[in-house]
Amino acid sequence: MAWMAWNWYTAAFFAVIVLLLAVMTMLAVWRPETPRVGILRFPTTRGDRLFVSLIGTAFIYIFWIRFTGGTTMWPAAVLSVIYWGAMFRFA
Amino acid sequence: MEKAINNRAWFFVLPVLVFVLFSSLVPLMTVINYSVQDTMGQNNFFFNGIAWFQNLLDPTTDIGGRFAAALVRNLLFSFVVLLIELPLGVGAALCIPRHGWKVGATLVLIALPLLIPYNVVGTIWQIFARADIGLLGYVLTHLGIAYNDTQDPTSAWATILVMDVWHWTGMVALLAYAGLKSIPDAFYQAARIDGAGRWSVFRNIELPKLQKVLVIAVLLRFMGSFMIYTEPSIVTGGGPGESTSFLSLDLVKIALGQVDLGNGAAMSLVYNLITLTICWVFFTVMTQLDRRKDV
Repeated sequence: MAWMAWNWYTAAFFAVIVLLLAVMTMLAVWRPETPRVGILRFPTTRGDRLFVSLIGTAFIYIFWIRFTGGTTMWPAAVLSVIYWGAMFRFA
Repeated sequence: MEKAINNRAWFFVLPVLVFVLFSSLVPLMTVINYSVQDTMGQNNFFFNGIAWFQNLLDPTTDIGGRFAAALVRNLLFSFVVLLIELPLGVGAALCIPRHGWKVGATLVLIALPLLIPYNVVGTIWQIFARADIGLLGYVLTHLGIAYNDTQDPTSAWATILVMDVWHWTGMVALLAYAGLKSIPDAFYQAARIDGAGRWSVFRNIELPKLQKVLVIAVLLRFMGSFMIYTEPSIVTGGGPGESTSFLSLDLVKIALGQVDLGNGAAMSLVYNLITLTICWVFFTVMTQLDRRKDV
């Protein structure tokens, strides 16, 4: 596995992703839902909102690094948390 | 009637899952791992934080400047490709006969370029464009047109654009033709009774009915042109200078040519994210259009 260059940071990242998928699957089994239409103007399920949140977070980080140089990253993290909240609440 | 639930189907999906794991997931995870580390060789990696991404996203660095330029170049290329191929494809589809032996003959002729492997298409056009032995290059040069796809960026762009149009307009035409064939005759009869002209028929019947296939055509052609690699790599090799270095050409130069794993990994992740996002937007728009029409 050495060629895959594992390290704790990305391992934790993948673990969180796997955990999120597992939680989503269990929620889908035990708490089924119907899609709802929010500020995105199309019906979204929990999975859609998670996807939009993940993609959006990536772009928040990219634009933060692009326009501030990325010397401090915590404001991007705060922005992402707000964005996640907004997506899961209003999307 | 209650449907029996049988989860045995999951076992049949298993081989595909294993295949996807090794063909996509493991490499993708490796790329993510590379993107936050640096190496001195011998598989010894050390953590490098977000330095590769800072490097990539800063247009004043070498890699950052190349990435920004390639991204703009690639978006422009995809835009022009769509602008030419969609109207041309639909126009061609309207001209394809609807009945008789001519249908098969035309469809085969139109589909021919689609059957040629990418690198062969590149080789064909590379030779075609040469001023000494290539028909196109020779004729243009002897007509007094300053054409040289290895030294003049405009010629190189024109060659690659025309090559892509030659290669892929057939697919748009086939999709549009399938869409046109699915319009019932009743629509045309009604239009004839109303005295609609050719343009009116196209505008009010054919174009709305083609919407779905056109969205698919846009999706396929956007992705194809946004990820284009083989043909320009053979025809121009990304040159002259950097003028036809699209994203994937630049990525291969960085990741494989310079074996710059960190920069290559960061670049491919951002590239991948852009592609994924655009794909998702297209997909969402497509399914929403379907939904609104069904309601």
